[in-house]
Amino acid sequence: MRTIRAVAFKEIQIYFSSPVAYIVALIFMALSGFFFVQDLGDPFPEASLSNFFQGATFLLIPLAPALTMRLLAEEQKLGTIELLLTSPVRDWEVILGKYLASLTFLLFLLALTSYYVILLLVFASPDPGPIYSGYLGLVLYGMAALSVGILTSTVTSNQIIAAVVGTGILIVLYATSFISEVVTGLWANVFNQIGFTGHFNDFDRGIIDTAHVVYFLTATALFLFLSIRALESRRWR
Amino acid sequence: MATDVSATPQTGPESPDDSMISVSDLTHYYGPMPAVENVNFTVRRGEILGFLGPNGAGKTTTMRILTGFMPPTRGSVTVDGYDVVEKSLEVRKRVGYLPESVPLHTEMTVTAYLKYMGTLRRMNGRRMRSRIDDVIGLCRLEDYHKTIIGKLSKGFRQRVGIAQAILHEPDVLILDEPTIGIDPIQVVETRSLIQELGRAQTVVLSSHILPEVSMICERVLIIHEGHIVAADTPGNLAQHLQGVEQLEVEIGGPPAQVLPVLRAISGATAVTHHPRPGVNAYRVKFRKDHDLRDEISRTVISHNWSLLSMQLSSMSLEEIFLRVTTAEDAADAPD
Repeated sequence: MRTIRAVAFKEIQIYFSSPVAYIVALIFMALSGFFFVQDLGDPFPEASLSNFFQGATFLLIPLAPALTMRLLAEEQKLGTIELLLTSPVRDWEVILGKYLASLTFLLFLLALTSYYVILLLVFASPDPGPIYSGYLGLVLYGMAALSVGILTSTVTSNQIIAAVVGTGILIVLYATSFISEVVTGLWANVFNQIGFTGHFNDFDRGIIDTAHVVYFLTATALFLFLSIRALESRRWR
Repeated sequence: MATDVSATPQTGPESPDDSMISVSDLTHYYGPMPAVENVNFTVRRGEILGFLGPNGAGKTTTMRILTGFMPPTRGSVTVDGYDVVEKSLEVRKRVGYLPESVPLHTEMTVTAYLKYMGTLRRMNGRRMRSRIDDVIGLCRLEDYHKTIIGKLSKGFRQRVGIAQAILHEPDVLILDEPTIGIDPIQVVETRSLIQELGRAQTVVLSSHILPEVSMICERVLIIHEGHIVAADTPGNLAQHLQGVEQLEVEIGGPPAQVLPVLRAISGATAVTHHPRPGVNAYRVKFRKDHDLRDEISRTVISHNWSLLSMQLSSMSLEEIFLRVTTAEDAADAPD
């Protein structure tokens, strides 16, 4: 436990002292704010965060890999991985520590958006249900997106490649729901079930379906497991 | 009655003798090329062993395997009785490592970095604090413990690298080129620090500087192209090879006749023929206490050949190193 905490703590410190993380935060806040106010100019605006939630899932496609790209790729580039992997630390502790650091930063980002909730509560009376469920869905979605980023950061020592490939994978997982709309029958269902979006939309509507929770947790576990195996296989290369 | 077994020192399951590291038939391939091949050696507890060899000889590969960073392609390596593949974690607990490039987290301060490494080595808080003070003193980092590592010079980074390697008081210290790229004064300091550490710990270090290895190490392994070509104490290596002197003789006469005659001279340990354009040169090796110059000149004259030149050449340590690693094949060249 202490080693996971040590790895995570070090990364969190770097997050909060590095410009990249603040740039990511800035972009996220600016664009998510844009999504948030988009419908508020309508004649009869709806006091909901739905637009923000939908926009945030879109924003996380490039931003989650941007947050995780450094975590393992840089250690491989600089060679510090040599001292990390020759310390009595298990590979899964390394991956989990790094992952928890990125998750902490994501939660920090989402905490900043509570400002939107406060605005809604002050100026209107929003339905609290979809806000709770929406945030839960967004956290779960973010967890899965970050785990994809961790995997791509583990398999390469090039941060840019890690970010680009991570974004690519997330685009595919985002776009499968659009594919499901143009195909029919079983395939429509398959594509809808595979991707992230189909599982996120219920949260946005205020529905907490265990199946969707399990889906995101499973996806996260799968990508973290693959990351651990990728780190292990590094030793054999 | 229960006997007190805890008095026996805690060692791994398979280390009956006093060997700390044992390497047998170690082979490692990068792609199709072997980086090290069929390497065998053991390191005794408390010994300072030096790997000597030119760049690319397989020193770093061997060290990476010893530290559990990479598994060997073939062969077995144990540290304190624990196999580096099967019991990697146990091995890593016992090893302190300084990689050649001294990779450090440049955005951290010295103390923060040592704390991080100490936690990764599973040290508890109190011991870690006192050890961090100790190693900062040992490595003379007192004035820099709050400095960001990225702002330190190469020499000081090297000290931080050594500090993290010895922080958890490992049984085995593995230092890859510990004095490369630092200034001469720091080199002297680093050497004496390693010697001091070697009193309590088993140290394996690599270098391509021969005097350094012979100064610090109790035993030297000379590695060349992935093979161990010599293993002995520095003194023995020098004596063994330096005890032999070498004569360069140029003789005018048919080599087919000259060679057997030279070989027949008692005291000559090795005779090789090195034809050059227009001249037939011979290299005659003999033991130091047995000067052959007189006898060779008389033999040549008595056979009615002409003695064109004769030169005595004794070998320096550098030459021995070169000979062992590179010129060995030349000495065996066909006559």
